[in-house]
Amino acid sequence: MSIGEAKAYRTLSAALERHTGQTVPTNRHWRIDMALKPLMRRNSVPDLQTLAALIEMDTDPKLTRACVEAMVNNETSFFRDQPNFALLAGPVLDHIRELRSDTKRLRIWSAACSTGQEAYSIAITILENAEKWRGWTIQILGTDVSATALAQAREGRYSQFEIQRGLSVTHMIRHFEQQGEEWVAKDALRKMVTFTEHNMLTPVRHFGRFDVILCRNVLMYLNDDKRTHVLEAIAPSMEEGGLLMLGAAETVIGQTQKFRASRAFRGFYELTPGRQGA
Amino acid sequence: MKSCLIVDDSKVIRKVARHILETMQFEVTEAADGKEALDHVAQATPDVILLDWNMPIMSGMDFLRAYRSMNAVPSAKVIFCTTENGIGHIQAAIDEGADEYVMKPFDRETIESKLQILGCI
Ligand SMILES: C[S@@+](CC[C@H](N)C(=O)[O-])C[C@H]1O[C@@H](n2cnc3c(N)ncnc32)[C@H](O)[C@@H]1O
Repeated sequence: MSIGEAKAYRTLSAALERHTGQTVPTNRHWRIDMALKPLMRRNSVPDLQTLAALIEMDTDPKLTRACVEAMVNNETSFFRDQPNFALLAGPVLDHIRELRSDTKRLRIWSAACSTGQEAYSIAITILENAEKWRGWTIQILGTDVSATALAQAREGRYSQFEIQRGLSVTHMIRHFEQQGEEWVAKDALRKMVTFTEHNMLTPVRHFGRFDVILCRNVLMYLNDDKRTHVLEAIAPSMEEGGLLMLGAAETVIGQTQKFRASRAFRGFYELTPGRQGA
Repeated sequence: MKSCLIVDDSKVIRKVARHILETMQFEVTEAADGKEALDHVAQATPDVILLDWNMPIMSGMDFLRAYRSMNAVPSAKVIFCTTENGIGHIQAAIDEGADEYVMKPFDRETIESKLQILGCI
């Protein structure tokens, strides 16, 4: 690798880190190359060095943004990590339903929701159990730093590959409509979820408090300090008795004192009493 | 070890599917059409049947109808796996007793995800 190329990778990964907190280890720099190729072709940028120079000058915020979004890993699927999701869809939601039986209000936040599959999976779970939730006010919020991912999430539009990942055929035909090669969420499903942009490194806006917060497969891309930062930023948004769900390979242990492992639900976390703080 | 019967008239598809399933520790047998598949299930019930739609001699739908009317116990989970990707076909397959549906082209993750949904892995 030439010095110029090495410098270009550094500039690009620094831009990614500045906007999302994610770091790219040097041995994975090739991923940057692969991720940015289509964008370079679209903008007639001949090579990475030129792109890096444009990003460094930061004269076109749109390009910088598109560049960052292309480098971010957006991978997701419906009902991702099925056993964990089943725990959420069954026992965890049942527990919350009992806890909130007086207010009949349920609020769920899918933070770092990518293209929306996670938020829609929860909505599908609720719709499939409509009888149980009759009379409840239910809000599902999906947020992400990527405007491109959110645009797709809002439309609820998925390719044939995406729609088959994790979604059963019955749920697919019940909750989605076929449009050519794509599948689009039906109104009843789409109406259940609101999507809005939010960077988890910035203070949480006035989203209110949530009974369940999902923050899955995003901490794994951050360094320790940033993980702590994100978890502590989430804590004030947690409703008393609420539960935090992380990705299958993630934990709060060693990252923050604000949360502790739930005894009742494996893989879920709850506020440490007296530690919520703002 | 779980077992899977792959029913497809394309040798290439059978090979690709076999590879995917074997890496997931399935014991795999193959049939090139519905009739051959019926002969197989008369001998032994696999855990899963991966079933193509359009095949010569006997189609996937005709196989499924015949298989479900055999009332085999235990009964295999049937996953249609076909280029017939229209909602009409999908609905018809479900009505006829298919457990899952994969729209071709498929990849490893699609197959894995459908097997997981059916509790086969
Ligand atoms: C791998 S996806 C995970 C999606 C989903 N939660 C799941 O588990 O399937 C990670 C997502 O985190 C988003 N992301 C990365 N850094 C972020 C940040 N600082 N704030 C908000 N979202 C972020 C990315 O845009 C991407 O959509």
